[in-house]
Amino acid sequence: MSTGTQTERGDGTRLERRLLLERLSSYWLLGAGLFAVALFSLIVLTLVQQSIPIVSEHSLVQMLTSSNWDPAQEEFGFLPAIVGTLYVTALSMALGTPIAILAAIYIAEYAEGRLKIVVSSFIDVLAAIPSVIFGLVGLIVVVPFVGDYLAPAVGAHSIGLGIVTVSLVMAIIVTPFMISLSVESLEALPDELRESSLGVGATKWETTRSVLLRAAGPGIFSAILLGFGRVFGATIVPAMLIGGQTTIPESPFDAAETLPTLIVNDFGELMSIPLTQSALIFVGLMLLVIVWLFNFGAMLIRRRLQRRWQY
Amino acid sequence: MDRYAEQRLFGLLARGSAALVVGVLLLVVGVTLYRGGMVFLTDPAVVITPPGSRYMLDGGGGFLHAILGSVFIVVPATVIATTLSLSTAIYLQSDYSSERTSDVINMFLNVLWGTPPIVYGVFVLTIIIAVGAQTSLIFGTIAIAIFQYPIMTRYADEALRAAPDAVKQASYGLGATRFESARMTVRAALPGVIAGIIMGFARGIGDAATVLFTAGRSTQMPGGPFDPATTLPILIFEQAASFNAEVRSHAYAASFVLIVAVLSLIIVSKLLAGRFARFAPGGRHS
Repeated sequence: MSTGTQTERGDGTRLERRLLLERLSSYWLLGAGLFAVALFSLIVLTLVQQSIPIVSEHSLVQMLTSSNWDPAQEEFGFLPAIVGTLYVTALSMALGTPIAILAAIYIAEYAEGRLKIVVSSFIDVLAAIPSVIFGLVGLIVVVPFVGDYLAPAVGAHSIGLGIVTVSLVMAIIVTPFMISLSVESLEALPDELRESSLGVGATKWETTRSVLLRAAGPGIFSAILLGFGRVFGATIVPAMLIGGQTTIPESPFDAAETLPTLIVNDFGELMSIPLTQSALIFVGLMLLVIVWLFNFGAMLIRRRLQRRWQY
Repeated sequence: MDRYAEQRLFGLLARGSAALVVGVLLLVVGVTLYRGGMVFLTDPAVVITPPGSRYMLDGGGGFLHAILGSVFIVVPATVIATTLSLSTAIYLQSDYSSERTSDVINMFLNVLWGTPPIVYGVFVLTIIIAVGAQTSLIFGTIAIAIFQYPIMTRYADEALRAAPDAVKQASYGLGATRFESARMTVRAALPGVIAGIIMGFARGIGDAATVLFTAGRSTQMPGGPFDPATTLPILIFEQAASFNAEVRSHAYAASFVLIVAVLSLIIVSKLLAGRFARFAPGGRHS
C-alpha cells in the first residue's frame, strides 16, 4: 500500500513538473515568436529616430536630387549614390537573370541522375562562398579583364574599378540564389503538366517555355525580385570594386558609389561631423524601406500571377 | 526558325548557362586556392604568427588575431542565434500559434531575411553609440547573431515542417505535453536543423558588412569581450586593396583559410545530414 501511495505521489509531482515545464516553455516560445517582430520594429524605430536630425534640417527632395556630397560643407546629395546603385542593380540583374533562369531550366528539366546532383551541389557551394572572396577574386581577375580588355574593346577608358566590374561580380553572386529558388518552383510542378503538354505534340522546349515557365512563373518572379534586393543591399563587393567616386557616373565603365558603399566609406572617418552620422543612418533606413517594398511587391505580384497563371 | 531548331538552340543555351555557372565556381575556388595556396606554401607560419605593430602597413606578422576574432565572434553568435531561431521555428508550428499569427511573424522574418547586412551593422552601431560603448567583440557577436537569426529560422522552420506528422500524433497519443512533443519533432527534424545551423555558421563566418563597424578594426589579439577585434573577412577586405604586395598576399592567404573553412563546413553539413538521418522515423540506420 505504501509503495502505491508513493508512486501516486511521485506521479503527481512528476506531472506537476511536466506541466510547469510546459507552461514556462510556452512563455519562452511565445517570446521567441515575438522576437522576430520586436527585432524588426526596434531596427526601424532606431533608424527612424536617428534619421530625424538630417531630415529636419535638410529637405528630403533636395537631398535625393542633389548631386553634391560633401559632408564637411554640410552638403548631403544622395543622387550619385542612388544612380550608382540603380546602375549596378540593373546591370547585374540584366546579366544574371537570363543565365539563372536557363540554368534552372537545365537543372530542373534536362539534367538527370548524377550530373543533376553534381551541378546543383556546385550551385549550393557557390551560394555559400563569402562575398569578400568574390571581391578578392574580382580584384585579381575581373579588374584587369575589364580594364585591359573589355573597356578598350568597346572604346571606353577604365582603370578596371567601376560599375561594370561590380555588376559582373554581383551577377555571379546573385545567380546561384535565383537558380535554387527557381529550381524549387519548377520541381514543385506536377508531372501531369509535362505529360499532357508533350502528349498533344509540343516539343520539350515548347512545353518548358509555354507551360512550365508560366506555371512556375510566380515562384521564378519572386526569386528575381529577391535577387534584386540582394544586389541592391550588397556592400562588401561594391566597396572593394566600385572605386568610390562621389560624382554621377557618365558611363558604365566609370567609378561610382552605391548607397551601401557610401556608408562603408564615410562612417569611420566622418563620425565627428554631427549630421553625417544621421545622414548615413538615413541611408540605412532607405535601404531597409526599399528592400521592404521589394518584398511586399514580390508578395503581391506573386499572388496576382498565381491567380492569372493557374493551371 | 522551325520549332526543332529553336528547341536545339535553347537546349544548348540552358546547358551553356549551367556550364558557365559551374565554370565560374571552379574559377573562383581555383583562383582563391591557387593564389592563397602559393602564399601559404611559401610561408605557412603567416597563419599563426601574431600580428606586428605596423601590420597593415608593412605586413609584419600574420593573421592569427583575425582567425581568433572570427572564432570568438561567430561561435557565441551561432549559439545565441540557434537558441532563438529554433525557438521561433517551434513557435511557428501549428501547436503554438494560429495560422494567422505565424503568417504575420513569417512576414516579418521574410523582411529580416532580405535586410541588407550593412543595415544590421548600422543598427548595432547606433546602439553602441547610444550606450556610450566602444566597438568590441561582444557587439560583433550581437550583430552576427542578428544577421544569422532569420537565415537559421528559415532552415529550422522548413526542417520542422518537413518532419512527419506521425511523430506529433504519436507523442500526443501517448499523453505528451506540447513541449515534449515539440522536442520529439525537433529530434525527427534533426538532419535539417543541424544543416541549417552549419549553414548559418558558414554565412556568419563569411560576412563582413555586419562586423565592419561593430567589432572594430583591430590589428591586435582580441583581449576580452569588450576589446576591439577583427575577423577574417574584415582583414581580407582591408588588405586586398593594399599597395604593398606583401600585405596583399596576406589577404590571399586569409581567403585561402576562409574558403577552406567554409567548404569544409558545407561538406560536414552534408555528411552530418546523412548521419543524423537515423533519428528520422523510417530513416537510414547506420
